[in-house]
Amino acid sequence: MFIDFMLALREQGLSVSLDEWLVLMEALDQGMAGNSLLEFYYLCRNVLVKTEADYDAFDLAFAKYFEGVETPEDIPQELWDWLNQDELERDLSDRPDWAKEYEFDELMKMFQERLAEQKEKHDGGNYWIGTGGTSAMGHGGYNPAGIRVGGYGRHRSAVKVAGERNFRDFRQDQELDIRQFQMAFRKLRQFSTRIEGEKTELDIDGTIDATCENAGMLKLVYEKPRKNTVKLLLLIDSDGSMAQHARLCNQLFQALHQSTHLKDLRTYYFHNCVYDYLYTTPHCRHGEWLETEWLLRNLDSEYKVIFVGDAAMSPYELMARGGCNDWYTYNEEAGILWLEKFTHHFKKCIWLNPIKEDRWQFAWGSRTIQEVGKLIPMFELTLDGLDKGIQRLLVR
Amino acid sequence: MDKKYWKKENEGTSKMKKFTGSSSYVATKELMNAVNVAIALQKPLLIKGEPGTGKTMLAEAVAESLNMKLIVWGIKSTTKAQEGLYVYDTVQRLYDSQFGEGDVSDIKRYIKLGKLGEAFSSDEQVVLLIDEIDKADLEFPNDLLWELDRMEFYIPETKETITTKHRPIVIITSNAEKELPDAFLRRCIFHYIEFPDKDKIREIIQVHFGDLDQKLVDAAIDAFYDIRSMRQIMKKPSTSELLDWIQALQISGVDVKKIKDTIPYIGVLLKKNQDIDVVKGYRHVY
Repeated sequence: MFIDFMLALREQGLSVSLDEWLVLMEALDQGMAGNSLLEFYYLCRNVLVKTEADYDAFDLAFAKYFEGVETPEDIPQELWDWLNQDELERDLSDRPDWAKEYEFDELMKMFQERLAEQKEKHDGGNYWIGTGGTSAMGHGGYNPAGIRVGGYGRHRSAVKVAGERNFRDFRQDQELDIRQFQMAFRKLRQFSTRIEGEKTELDIDGTIDATCENAGMLKLVYEKPRKNTVKLLLLIDSDGSMAQHARLCNQLFQALHQSTHLKDLRTYYFHNCVYDYLYTTPHCRHGEWLETEWLLRNLDSEYKVIFVGDAAMSPYELMARGGCNDWYTYNEEAGILWLEKFTHHFKKCIWLNPIKEDRWQFAWGSRTIQEVGKLIPMFELTLDGLDKGIQRLLVR
Repeated sequence: MDKKYWKKENEGTSKMKKFTGSSSYVATKELMNAVNVAIALQKPLLIKGEPGTGKTMLAEAVAESLNMKLIVWGIKSTTKAQEGLYVYDTVQRLYDSQFGEGDVSDIKRYIKLGKLGEAFSSDEQVVLLIDEIDKADLEFPNDLLWELDRMEFYIPETKETITTKHRPIVIITSNAEKELPDAFLRRCIFHYIEFPDKDKIREIIQVHFGDLDQKLVDAAIDAFYDIRSMRQIMKKPSTSELLDWIQALQISGVDVKKIKDTIPYIGVLLKKNQDIDVVKGYRHVY
């Protein structure tokens, strides 16, 4: 039944399952939608949407499906039957003939005139401004084309609520805040017990063996708990073209530094591309560096490498000898060769690009983006992209 | 429409257990809807939201307003699903057998029901709060699927099945530290509590403190939202911190006019040194 709506939701990328749909049907049969489209909207959202990240997609689908449904008459009949089924509202059919639909201007004029006329509080009835009546003006009553005066809008259009898109900020394909970054990085774990530490966990097999050895008298044996073994090398582009993404990169950096679950984290900086030296500070000043060769010699290949940069540069910076744009240094080997050294030495490398993926083809520097992307798997710097990238890092 | 029918209908609905907020808890209409949907459909209600939006308080309020007992299962990073059902204290039993204490043949003595088991076996309908489910291991929610679905579990050691006499109302809170598995989410009713707007906050303050000096409340709310809107703040103050702050302001009798400019007792609102510096920095600029 009105299965179109389900399809519209799925079209927006919401994974509404049949189970959930059936639950919604059950809820509607029980009259849980109350008697307004707004309550129907909340019911659908409660049952069908399971994360605030999808609220926006839901709003979009809802607004699209019920577009133009501003008055009760526009609601699809099937739905209207449901909404009406527990009849808490006055039936529309008992609406007297005179409760006709006024033009808005006319209504406003009438409202002002009648307000001037009216001297006291009025509830019920069909003429004065008051509550619970069928007059075209007042609150809590029912006239499809009336003015509401104060109070809670019982028939506040759900389409309008959905249209407000209050949850736009929660979309996952949006950029992230620190906490969300942290959440994503917490997935970066590979457990092992071969790490030094206190023996705090009960070793079942060991206990059984020891107890047997001990002639059946219970003897407890403990072992080391499993710990995360992931070591991370973070390389951040701090070139001028990255300035516009500075806030995002800064958050990524902070999130990583606050996360305590990694075994080791090293952060270095580069200009556009990696050459002979890696800088130890984001200012990339002459001398505040270490040799890239030294790094490659000293970090074992288990380190997972994340490059953060727009990879957008002039082609010679990537392809030519001496392409390095640092005045004082000259690179014997082209930047792309340096990147290759990284991919040869480290088993897992990814590149996070703050430029949106759909613009990689067209953005300035698209050629170098393509070249770098061929060498190192590239993901956009959003929650989705980061998730994919982290998965890539964890594949054995 | 028939008046008699009206009345009957109303009586019918009033008998059904419905949550309408409580004297000490201000719930939005959406939230009440969500609670009632979850109760009617007998599904767990999953509540997410910023810290301090009253996720845990909700369960207390539901229990209070429906006059039911509240059972809280607080989840920690080391919590296992099994612990919620029951714990079989094998070590104690072994020791007992070696030292000849107690009746070792009675396994029941060594089976201790967890919070979930307690809620299932209760004689009355209860509200079960599974607090901060995201703190536990990633697989934790999956381990509870069957139990939450069927509201029963089997204890192999005693060949007993614990079934519910009355399906408890299950409320689960999450701080979104971990993604919950889809299979689990599909079985829940979900609601995200938005941070309350100024009017709602005013209502909450009213509920907590009764009638306060309106000027003090206004000034405090203004300052509070002002601080929340600063982008550099790492840990935004939440409702509970605002309430503490208002209490501090009220007790100390600070000059109302000075609240917004000097933010007295800032340590009540902000818990990080950096954040306090940020706010102080702003005050210098203006």
